[in-house]
Amino acid sequence: MLTYESVDELVKAAESNSETISALVLRDQAESMDRSEHSVYEKMERDFAVMRSAVDEGMKRDLRSMSGLTGGEGYRMGEYSRRGEALCGSLLSGAMTRALAVAGCNASMGRIVAAPTAGSCGILPGCLLSLCDERDVPERAAVMAMFTAGAFGLVMAKKASIAGAQGGCQAECGSAAAMAAAALVELMGGTPAQCADACAIAIASQLGLVCDPVAGLVEIPCIKRNASGVAIAFASADMALAGVAPKIPADECIDAMREVGDLLPSSLKETALGGLAATPTGQKLRKQVFGK
Amino acid sequence: MNVFDIIGPVMIGPSSSHTAGAVRLGRVVNKLAEGKACRKVVITLSGSFAQTYKGHGTDRALLAGIMGYHSYSPEIRDALAIAAARGIDYSFEKENIRGAHPNTARIRYVLEDGTEGLVQGASVGGGNIVIDHINGMDVEFNGASHTILVMHLDRPGVIAAVTNVMHWQYRELNISGFRLSRSGRGQEAIMTIETDNLPPDQLIEDIKNLDNVTNAILIRKL
Repeated sequence: MLTYESVDELVKAAESNSETISALVLRDQAESMDRSEHSVYEKMERDFAVMRSAVDEGMKRDLRSMSGLTGGEGYRMGEYSRRGEALCGSLLSGAMTRALAVAGCNASMGRIVAAPTAGSCGILPGCLLSLCDERDVPERAAVMAMFTAGAFGLVMAKKASIAGAQGGCQAECGSAAAMAAAALVELMGGTPAQCADACAIAIASQLGLVCDPVAGLVEIPCIKRNASGVAIAFASADMALAGVAPKIPADECIDAMREVGDLLPSSLKETALGGLAATPTGQKLRKQVFGK
Repeated sequence: MNVFDIIGPVMIGPSSSHTAGAVRLGRVVNKLAEGKACRKVVITLSGSFAQTYKGHGTDRALLAGIMGYHSYSPEIRDALAIAAARGIDYSFEKENIRGAHPNTARIRYVLEDGTEGLVQGASVGGGNIVIDHINGMDVEFNGASHTILVMHLDRPGVIAAVTNVMHWQYRELNISGFRLSRSGRGQEAIMTIETDNLPPDQLIEDIKNLDNVTNAILIRKL
């Protein structure tokens, strides 16, 4: 059975069996949970369906968050993307739209799948659903890629952290983008080693990202960081597929993420005491929601 | 930890600690009520819960859990209205509970038959919780294992009687955690027994029938 204590373990095990990381992880997880591969796959398929319904919910024009500070991001980005003028093209702007929609669904008390957390729940569905809907990637392949994403997430949870309160936003949106980058590479036919490369590049791109939510709510800047996380996942996957390899291996990037998270002051780890939360506008918005 | 701890849980947003964890805290009250409806609930919010509960729907989440909904139930959003429609007299107050975890809620409740109770616990991140007080007694369990709460009188031999029933009648059942708390010598006491596998309902009935046991409740893995 796999230990999920390093990315290297995943890559070596998949390469020695000449299989994808997702096939390896599905078999391993079925064994460790003492369930059939079929039932474990079906559970992931149900999560995928929840992700899809979260996109639909989050695309509503009049969607508003609980605090009233945010809402409608998915709708606006979707309208813009449909006009075909988006600088980053229809695939990426469509993926950003879906990420905004899911994060908006979360902020309005809709149903989502934490991936790995609620605050970063838009990144993985944004990436995967766009490939299914706009590149005709079969749903089964996307569901399988979630096992690859989950395996990289497990390593990050074990070696570093996936909690903003512990590691800053790099641990939440950073981990989500790195998971999604690895999943995208596998979906596009990349090798296990390229999945690891994409993970490394995504982490390196977000190292030090602080968790500074305005008023302590999972809204500002969390919703937009889900869209930016999608962009980083796509860029990292493309670089890995192009052979633009990272110079620092994924496992060392994850170690660095942990070290950087430990060094971040607590004011920048989900306490709403620093960063954007502490700006004059951030303070004003907090007063608007909670009074003094 | 498995892959569904990373991709998952399916939950109502926006926050695993302030929403999903709050539902699970409320669900402990629902379990303790054993099917009886709540008539009155007074919820004290402390620390971060007190500061941000409105924006996170923590108030709705706690009430939803008390009414038996899950952290993935869409009814959480409308929990205030549902509680009002069910005739539950609920109120929220803020207080800095000293020494408590930043995300702590204290729930005082009165059931339809007049039974009163108090549960205090914290949401400690990722939807995980720790319950630290029940009816004025210290307990400590997190709902990650199946948990049996045995309310009893502090008398010699009660613990042995309970564990003997567990061992002799259900040999497969393995205890993974145990804690005893009492309000004073010879007074009310609570055993918190965590198990690896799910205890059968009949075991709870058997424990209830033991001498000096006033009640026993099974809280399945949350």
